[in-house]
Amino acid sequence: MSKVTLSYPHPPARPDQAPDFSRIDRSAPGALDVPPLDITAQDCWPYAVGLIRVLDDDGQAAGPWADYLGDLTADRLKQGLRDMLRMRAVDQRMQNAQRQGKTSFYLQCTGEEAIGCGFQRQLGEGDMNFPTYRQQSLLIAADYPLESLLGQLYSNDLDPLQGRQLPIMHSARDYGFFSISGNLGTQYVQAVGWAMACALRGNDKIAAGWIGDGATASNDFHSALLSASVYQPPVVLNVVNNQWAISTYTGVAAGRSQTYAARALGYGIPAIRVDGNDYLAVLAVSKWAIERARGGHGPVIIEWFTYRAAAHSTSDDPSAYRAKDEAAAWPFGDPVERLKAHMILRGDWTEDRHEQTWAELLAEVAEVQKRVEAHGTFVNPKPVSPAAIFTGVYADMPEHLRRQRQEMGY
Amino acid sequence: MIEALRSAMDVSLERDPSVIVFGEDVGYFGGVFRCTAGLQAKYGEARVFDTPINESAIVGLAVGMAAEGMKPCVEVQFADYVFPAYDQITQEAARLRHRSNQQFTCPLVVRMPTGGGIFGGQTHSQSPEALFTHVAGLKVVIPSTPYDAKGLLVAAIEDPDPVIFLEPKRIYNGPFYGDHAGTSVNWSSHPAGEVPEEHYTVPLGKAAVTRSGSDVTVLTYGTMVYVAEAAVKAAGLDAEIIDLRTLLPLDLETIRASVEKTGRCVVVHEATRTSGFGAELIAEVQEACFWHLKAPVLRVAGWDAPYPHAQEWDYFPSAERIARALSKVMED
Ligand SMILES: Cc1ncc(C[n+]2csc(CCOP(=O)(O)OP(=O)(O)O)c2C)c(N)n1
Ligand SMILES: [Mg+2]
Repeated sequence: MSKVTLSYPHPPARPDQAPDFSRIDRSAPGALDVPPLDITAQDCWPYAVGLIRVLDDDGQAAGPWADYLGDLTADRLKQGLRDMLRMRAVDQRMQNAQRQGKTSFYLQCTGEEAIGCGFQRQLGEGDMNFPTYRQQSLLIAADYPLESLLGQLYSNDLDPLQGRQLPIMHSARDYGFFSISGNLGTQYVQAVGWAMACALRGNDKIAAGWIGDGATASNDFHSALLSASVYQPPVVLNVVNNQWAISTYTGVAAGRSQTYAARALGYGIPAIRVDGNDYLAVLAVSKWAIERARGGHGPVIIEWFTYRAAAHSTSDDPSAYRAKDEAAAWPFGDPVERLKAHMILRGDWTEDRHEQTWAELLAEVAEVQKRVEAHGTFVNPKPVSPAAIFTGVYADMPEHLRRQRQEMGY
Repeated sequence: MIEALRSAMDVSLERDPSVIVFGEDVGYFGGVFRCTAGLQAKYGEARVFDTPINESAIVGLAVGMAAEGMKPCVEVQFADYVFPAYDQITQEAARLRHRSNQQFTCPLVVRMPTGGGIFGGQTHSQSPEALFTHVAGLKVVIPSTPYDAKGLLVAAIEDPDPVIFLEPKRIYNGPFYGDHAGTSVNWSSHPAGEVPEEHYTVPLGKAAVTRSGSDVTVLTYGTMVYVAEAAVKAAGLDAEIIDLRTLLPLDLETIRASVEKTGRCVVVHEATRTSGFGAELIAEVQEACFWHLKAPVLRVAGWDAPYPHAQEWDYFPSAERIARALSKVMED
């Protein structure tokens, strides 16, 4: 008998089982200090396998990372809460719009709002994100006009991309948001290239790469880490570990690596793992990482530990592959609820004001939605010109495309 | 067609213990298009499993397993995502037999949903068949009915060489005649929707004449078989429609017999026009049938632009465009 058998990773629970996150280590906020900006990969092990947290279960901010963040004004916290709530309002309304057939596709980031909302608020003018399709929160916190955001989702004449791209595949150069590709992983290494260009130009800008836990399996993830390690460009490489890649448990991408952050250490890149549902932890670590990159200390990896509370997309039904109520059982709660609790504790917020703000934001999004929908939806199409198929393929339209456009009748 | 594909893998897993099925989301969940649903529960994780999101790993593992003697049938979630595996497919799988002088062979199948018509935008709609038909050592298959899908997939799994198996996702659930606003038709109402439960094969390298006629030959495959059917009806012509089923190796005999009879030919595919498979077909047709041709052979293909989202139905080759081409070849 051979002693060899193969191993196949399994999630803690499937649909017929109760959610089980007992294996997740919940070290207390404050357990990890703030490392020096020039920390090396060798010294990063505790940060790569631990978890940076600021807010405890009662909503109290504690520990060295809270001190590092300093005193946050009530306005700053309100801004964070409003960003996340606005994000949630957009997600809810657009999910419903897709269900009503008004657009072909949608995808929510529920539960992950703190990550993009917090990170974006620490970036500077001219820095560039290379986001995945689940980082629409970066756009919200960049104050991207909702008209453009929703226009893209409806593929109407308010769509800055002229209907060319699938809904959610935004592009907003002026808001530090690189054009999204549907092909996973490809853009992670491009972020490294952009950051190298920043360094070569000496313009003090940085780049931020974004990737999901599942897509860390792609070749380009490894290309990015290797290139970043070799050339030391000003890039922050973010891994959003939301536990799932469609139906595939994160363990299938992780293998026996202890964490995604720990994997980066093998490439010689400092890495740090963070509670992604803790808005203050997001602000603190983003500030640290961005300062580090801009300060010329080289690349850094952040693993944002979170949970994909919604379905993968409108084409997906997670009840077929994961435990019911798993999101509710997530040991790090909901980012909105946690920041809210913290603000209430500080005396900056109340339940009533929260409800009122949520209603206001829903109304604001609904109002924009109504205006944008007047420009056309899938049930009331006012299509952008088919000529947009041919423009922008090249800088100058070659003769064969001109012929084809004429054949099409435009 | 989904059930047919599943049944093909089911009978293959059942008959041959060396058959193994894997890919992204294909194990526990059974694939985002449900093609492998239930197979892991039936055959166990060692034979049907989930992989990391790394297409070159999926195919690279399959090459290693196939060389060792197994028969992997792997899924790439969308043809648009096959490109990380392009190296493994075109430089490795395709040539292993030849470069090792048969010491190592590569009997594997790479399944992937292909083509547009589902509002999937540029990364869920492409038709990359010509990028594989250009490669010596590969076979390239694309069924257009559930019956053929099962028979061809079983044949592909049993084939001793690497097979690229393209599944036209627009017709997974039923034939599509090009009218996206019309009511969708289910396979149950189509004669070729009937799929026997038991093992059978449809030979690779053999085209099917799906409509015989004498005016003009339409060469096509995949979803466009049905759109061409609608166009022929609209044009009121007695056209012969050939569903190629296998693009490589090509069934030139069936093509030649038809074009010699009709003297006219239109080639239809969804993929972009320039250097598309239509170019190869037309070259073969003129070489084989030049003295029988009464008119230039025309192509109806996707425009030479990235596949758009909102403008999909201006991009997707329509029955009207095909009908226009048919009328044009009849004028000369
Ligand atoms: C190269 C490539 N392969 C497969 C896919 C199909 N696909 C789209 S999203 C997805 C799961 C990604 O999971 P993860 O990276 O964890 O991101 P999340 O959706 O959880 O945010 C897959 C397999 C793709 N888009 N690109
Ligand atoms: Mg994920």
